[in-house]
Amino acid sequence: MTPIIAISGLTKTYASGFQALKKVDLEIQKGEIFALLGPNGAGKTTLINIVCGIVTPSSGTVVADGHDIVRDYRSARFKIGLVPQELTTDAFETVRATVTFSRGLFRRAPDPAHIEKVLRELSLWDKRETRIMNLSGGMKRRVMIAKALSHEPEILFLDEPTAGVDVELRRDMWALVRQLRESGVTIILTTHYIDEAEEMADRIGIISKGELIVVEEKAKLMQKLGKRQLTLNLQEPMAALPPALAGWPLALTANGNQLQYTFDAHAAPAPGAAPQDIPSLLHRLGELQIGFKDLSTSQSSLEEIFVSLVSDRGGTPA
Amino acid sequence: MSDVGFNRQGVWAIYRFEMARFVRTLLQSIVTPVITTSLYFVVFGSAIGSRMSRVGGVPYGAFIVPGLIMLSILTASISNASFGIYFPKFTGTIYELLSAPISFVEMILGYVGAAATKSISLGLIILATATAFVPVEVRHPFFMIAFLLLTAVTFSLFGFVIGVWAKGFEQLQLIPMLVVTPLTFLGGAFYSIDMLPARWRTLALFNPVVYLISGFRWSFYETADVGVGLSLAMTSGFLLVLLLVVGWMFKSGYRLKN
Ligand SMILES: Nc1ncnc2c1ncn2[C@@H]1O[C@H](COP(=O)(O)OP(=O)(O)OP(=O)(O)O)[C@@H](O)[C@H]1O
Ligand SMILES: [Mg+2]
Repeated sequence: MTPIIAISGLTKTYASGFQALKKVDLEIQKGEIFALLGPNGAGKTTLINIVCGIVTPSSGTVVADGHDIVRDYRSARFKIGLVPQELTTDAFETVRATVTFSRGLFRRAPDPAHIEKVLRELSLWDKRETRIMNLSGGMKRRVMIAKALSHEPEILFLDEPTAGVDVELRRDMWALVRQLRESGVTIILTTHYIDEAEEMADRIGIISKGELIVVEEKAKLMQKLGKRQLTLNLQEPMAALPPALAGWPLALTANGNQLQYTFDAHAAPAPGAAPQDIPSLLHRLGELQIGFKDLSTSQSSLEEIFVSLVSDRGGTPA
Repeated sequence: MSDVGFNRQGVWAIYRFEMARFVRTLLQSIVTPVITTSLYFVVFGSAIGSRMSRVGGVPYGAFIVPGLIMLSILTASISNASFGIYFPKFTGTIYELLSAPISFVEMILGYVGAAATKSISLGLIILATATAFVPVEVRHPFFMIAFLLLTAVTFSLFGFVIGVWAKGFEQLQLIPMLVVTPLTFLGGAFYSIDMLPARWRTLALFNPVVYLISGFRWSFYETADVGVGLSLAMTSGFLLVLLLVVGWMFKSGYRLKN
């Protein structure tokens, strides 16, 4: 399947001489939700702004739905909607006027019914004749989303759509994103709330210091890089790990009341070595007559994976 | 729906958006020039004009009408167009223009078209107000409209260039205040340059505004400081120069993007 967005060899050096992107290659598939993660200043906004035509690339190419974004910018931009990171709106115009303006700018014929639908979906219909300056911050954010949706984009960029947004709006937003994806819209978003990416995204890209260090399906990324943990609540606290358990990746926590077993979900045991999976551990504990009241397992979150990847920039994560 | 070729909807959207500001403040847009013009006639027309003889066969009060209109058109065109494009730059809403399937030329059509429309309406409001004070006649309506249009478009383009170039509000005011207003006052808005000493008259011919005002006044009263053909040629020349500047801005990656 040809990707809906193909980025190759993209670099950006700002006039200040700062290199914000270093040879980025990325393909986005039609209909997916792609989350771009990275610390502040990593280059997420730069990347998005290049694709949308706001920043000129220093080198490299971007093709959106078969159209080069520079040579064939009209066709490319026609398909793309953007909700930028910064909250920038007109002040004196009404909600409906500014959203209608966006639709025209993107060469769509007037369609009051569509504008109404978008405004209703974003709970802005009651505010349609309100001047934007009289809206709250969250409402302004909705207006910016409405502007992007007014021209029925096939590709939607959301640059930190949930920054500074209350719980309810965030929930609405994710419901809307799901609904858009259902209707075939491709969505690329950035967020600093990694749990959001974990919940929403099909694929995840992690960018750090202008380089895309990981691009992976979310499930695979979590499997491959995630660690699992088994916690046993012991019947009798232990002062130290018995020597018989040396060699197992175990740790005593909670004043010796808990035994923690951390393991890589997919690491195969070294040839010849005893298997170190959960049944073997439980069996071994039984042999040693170490009793436990209950147990729980947990999997490291995307956030933990993200933090370890980004802080560990020396190595080359898979 | 076609997604290539001229973005008619986009130009129209910008035009309407810019005009909305004008309409929103319609009362102010009409009342201000009416009051200012009336003041000019009270001060220049009655107080001073009554002591002045006719200029080129035209009563002084009527004589200053074309200059007054030109003065307003120049300032209004520049400020409307420069503000129109500078403001989105300032607030950040320019992101939307830059990400839209719209060309630089189409952007100019929208902004400059709206700015020119506004200043032409302003000129007509002043003209209408003036008729209440002095007998105004327009002998060559076609040329009057032509000069009005050319000047409004040229100086709106100039304003657009300033708006794109400006990095702050001060710069936005700089050229209109330091260059355009003085040139207009010195350009014979309120007198004929024939009234100047010979040396100053020669110098005045280097002032581009002289040609605009002279030609415009000719279309009213057939009195002119310079030949009407020369005025028309110069006015068209300024438009050409501005178009070249805009073309160059576009080629050299104008100051809107990083
Ligand atoms: N116009 C500019 N001129 C010079 N440097 C810039 C410019 N815009 C961004 N940068 C720099 O480029 C780098 C990447 O910025 P960018 O905005 O793309 O980061 P980001 O990943 O979106 O960060 P955040 O999470 O804070 O939004 C930063 O170091 C920033 O300082
Ligand atoms: Mg950013």
